[in-house]
Amino acid sequence: MAGEIGHFSLIWVLVAAAIGAVLPQIGAVKGDTRLMQLADRTAYVQFLMALAAFAALTYAFLVSDFSVSNVAANSHTLKPLLYKISGVWGNHEGSLLLWVLILTLFATLVSWRGAKLPLRFRARVLSVQSLLVFGFVSFILLTSNPFLRFDPAPFEGNGLNPLLQDPGLAFHPPMLYLGYVGLSVSFSFAIAALLEGEVTPLWARWVRPWTLLAWVFLTGGIALGSWWAYYELGWGGWWFWDPVENASFMPWLAATALLHSAIVVEKRDALKSWTVLLAIIAFSFSLLGTFLVRSGILTSVHAFAVDPERGVFILAFLAIVIGGSMALYAWRAPKMVPSGLFGIVSRESALVVNNIFLSTFAAVVLIGTLYPLFVEASGAGQITVGPPFFEYAAAVLMSPLVVALGIGPLLAWKRGKLPKAMQIVLPALVVALIAGLALVWSQSGGVVMTAFGLGLAVWLLTAVFAEIASRIKLWQSPGNAFGRLRKITRAQWGMSIAHAGLAVIILGVTVSEAFTDEQLLVMAPGDSTMVAGHTFTFDGVAPVAGPNYSAVRGFFTVAEGDDFVTTLLPEDRVYSNPVMNTTEAAIYPLFTGDLYAVIGEAAGGNRWSVRLYFKPMISALWAGALMMMIGGLLSLSDRRLRLGLPTGRKKIAVKESV
Amino acid sequence: MINRFIPLIIVLGLFALFLARMNSGENPKELDSVLIGRAAPQFELASLQGGNPPLTTADLKIGKPVLVNFFASWCVPCRAEHESLMVLAGQYRVPIYGIAYKDSPDRSRAFLTELGNPFSKTGIDQNGRVAIDWGVTGVPETFLVDGDGIVRYRHWGPIVGDGLRKRLVPELEKLR
Amino acid sequence: MAAGLKTRKKQRLLVVSIGLTSLIGATLLVLFALGGDSLSLFLQPSEIKARGIEQGKHFRLGGLVESGSFFKEDDGLTYHFIVTDCAASQDVQFKGLLPDLFREGQGVVTEGALNANGVFVASTVLAKHDENYAPPGTLPKSEEQCVHPEAAASTYGTASYLVSG
Repeated sequence: MAGEIGHFSLIWVLVAAAIGAVLPQIGAVKGDTRLMQLADRTAYVQFLMALAAFAALTYAFLVSDFSVSNVAANSHTLKPLLYKISGVWGNHEGSLLLWVLILTLFATLVSWRGAKLPLRFRARVLSVQSLLVFGFVSFILLTSNPFLRFDPAPFEGNGLNPLLQDPGLAFHPPMLYLGYVGLSVSFSFAIAALLEGEVTPLWARWVRPWTLLAWVFLTGGIALGSWWAYYELGWGGWWFWDPVENASFMPWLAATALLHSAIVVEKRDALKSWTVLLAIIAFSFSLLGTFLVRSGILTSVHAFAVDPERGVFILAFLAIVIGGSMALYAWRAPKMVPSGLFGIVSRESALVVNNIFLSTFAAVVLIGTLYPLFVEASGAGQITVGPPFFEYAAAVLMSPLVVALGIGPLLAWKRGKLPKAMQIVLPALVVALIAGLALVWSQSGGVVMTAFGLGLAVWLLTAVFAEIASRIKLWQSPGNAFGRLRKITRAQWGMSIAHAGLAVIILGVTVSEAFTDEQLLVMAPGDSTMVAGHTFTFDGVAPVAGPNYSAVRGFFTVAEGDDFVTTLLPEDRVYSNPVMNTTEAAIYPLFTGDLYAVIGEAAGGNRWSVRLYFKPMISALWAGALMMMIGGLLSLSDRRLRLGLPTGRKKIAVKESV
Repeated sequence: MINRFIPLIIVLGLFALFLARMNSGENPKELDSVLIGRAAPQFELASLQGGNPPLTTADLKIGKPVLVNFFASWCVPCRAEHESLMVLAGQYRVPIYGIAYKDSPDRSRAFLTELGNPFSKTGIDQNGRVAIDWGVTGVPETFLVDGDGIVRYRHWGPIVGDGLRKRLVPELEKLR
Repeated sequence: MAAGLKTRKKQRLLVVSIGLTSLIGATLLVLFALGGDSLSLFLQPSEIKARGIEQGKHFRLGGLVESGSFFKEDDGLTYHFIVTDCAASQDVQFKGLLPDLFREGQGVVTEGALNANGVFVASTVLAKHDENYAPPGTLPKSEEQCVHPEAAASTYGTASYLVSG
């Protein structure tokens, strides 16, 4: 029954989306208020029906209704509850349904929070959103329907890939999708602005919080994915520059650029057409990610099941959405006349520099990701572009960005004074140089890149602090400094914390890459070995049984000198449905770094192959990402920036003329 | 002003590339069976029903089209397509030869007892050797062989939903 | 100077020229980096011989792990196996912990280089964690078509194969 309800609801989403995409747009052209108001209503209908469809599929997973083919293919009665639920989006069909649910959720939020938007503009935004919903729902219904029936129903399901049965991965896709799909709002705003033929500072004020929200989720989704790879794949790596990882990183770069360029539009009424283009590009990257993952044209370790028919459909949909919006841009962009002027040394310029580097980096990642396609198309065989390329690009393009990032927030709008800014950050420069040189000296050379990375991180962190210090006049009049601290707005705190988060990430990457201590060896019970000053003693193994797996668990006692630190219990699991091995690394985070142990297989004579790591400061990666998210949320909670509730500096943002 | 067209041009170029790559036929999934139009591979398999004569290539050349179905009791989609096989054997009166792929004979027999036996003969391919010769990429998979033992069509995956009426049956009718 | 630009035209010129400079810079960067070591060919065993890959050149090797070819050295850490595309085979040596999905008869992607004895010394053996388990690059391309069930496994049958163990 649930299957039919879900299927039926999905058809209703399609109908509502079709109405919501066409009629309000006609209303906007003709000035018909009633047609425009339909946009809000259809948005709510779409959301409720999508919710019903999603609930129906979730219910089928919960009660293990194997007559629904999607459930039979991806679930199993013995699966723990959490993974029955996460199984809903752990597969192609279900993940698309989640995508649609989030898309309609955001449309509803726009309608709800955006009550103060001019009706015509809101109608246009929502109709673009409905168009996207229409495309995705027809894709689901035509090629990937999760509600298809098996008759007769099998008695047992196939089970979910055990590697995906993990808390980190249970929440990674929803988080990432909230980010991907959140960018659809910026996209819809951009298209609406192009249709209206006008971009105003007020427009940027509406767009910015939505972009920020999507960006926070995207940051969280990427961080969760990388954390999962770190502890689940068992080789201590956390980012592999895999096409699918790149597919999530490119929208992030574009969204980051968009966040910053929207500030210039809002404050200075410049960079308009570029910002609109960025909004389109950011969401296009999200769509491209979906396409790359599901079409199978790129080899990746994460790919969903490949189906040419699906690939062609998505490609056609992408061509319409991205190609159409780029064509619209080409047609309407000349209408975006900038009015604000700014000097070479100014906050605006710093933000332009930020945009140039971020978007160039995104372009380079895109080229690196798609390069194998070009080569294959030219018939030169299959190749892969490895991590060195991306790491090199990151180092070359991000270093100047980080340097500029330390100075940018200190420059005044319109016309800044570099000497004055330099005076404030001079201590930061000195501290960074000392840190870098100290490292070179202590390691006696050969670590230039590490020293450079460390210098950058320290530079940024100190510069952020210097900026706050100068804002509260800490050095000039320390007495009142703490009073002024309270006057700093949440948006400013948000910026500083997010920037500091980047510094912390750089620190984590640099230190963990350079100073990881790794040992690969065979150990018998009683053996011990030293890893970065910690004694790992192997105490043997024992079998353990889980709900749907059995495992071999290794016991390691870790000590530093004579002091007991912790016991590490890595497992090698064998899942029963489907039959598969997974490695569960044991990780114990210390302040200085992570102790990391993986148990391999029996090597004969009661010996086991094991891999032990000490990964210094690796936690800084997730801590930095968390700081970025907190920064984003703080900024979002700033009263000035509430979603869709601008305080209307310019009341007539969108001209009510036809 | 050329530069406002640049994004559009880049996007169109990329889509052309994607389309070219997707139509290049190198998509790794549904590989075309190399067997189509060729004689079915030689094989001889012990019968699932003890004492019966083995299932051999000769069984395929009986002057009318037959189906060869690879299945296994552990395979969930096989269960799903079983109904279609029963319809083919009953309503369409096609001889279907079952080949139990990597399965224990006891379980295969229990599977057929439970769901009904649509096969006029069933062979055991316990090590999967014959499946390799046939280029089977997964179970279930069904081959349509004409009266002269030439493979005419391969049905990839379970015969469910429209697959029976829209794909397999038309191919079958062509041969009759 | 920092005094600012007087006209919109000049400002536009500035932004465009900075943008162009970075674009050219990035292009040079890409060309330079793509020419180096970061590109690795993705080859199957028969292509290694056909292309005459010299020792020490870094590349990715994809194919099937030949059944019965797998053994472990006494140190318990070094593994030997043969990767095949049915037209040719390649000896592979790997020291480390093998990924969860590694098994005979299934597809693998390994990364490394040939040593002086013509053995492919893999630095990484890549695991797949998708819902269909078949790395596209591991499918045999040769005309002889040794399409192996586990190699070309598809959505409908794969999970079932795994049940069969």
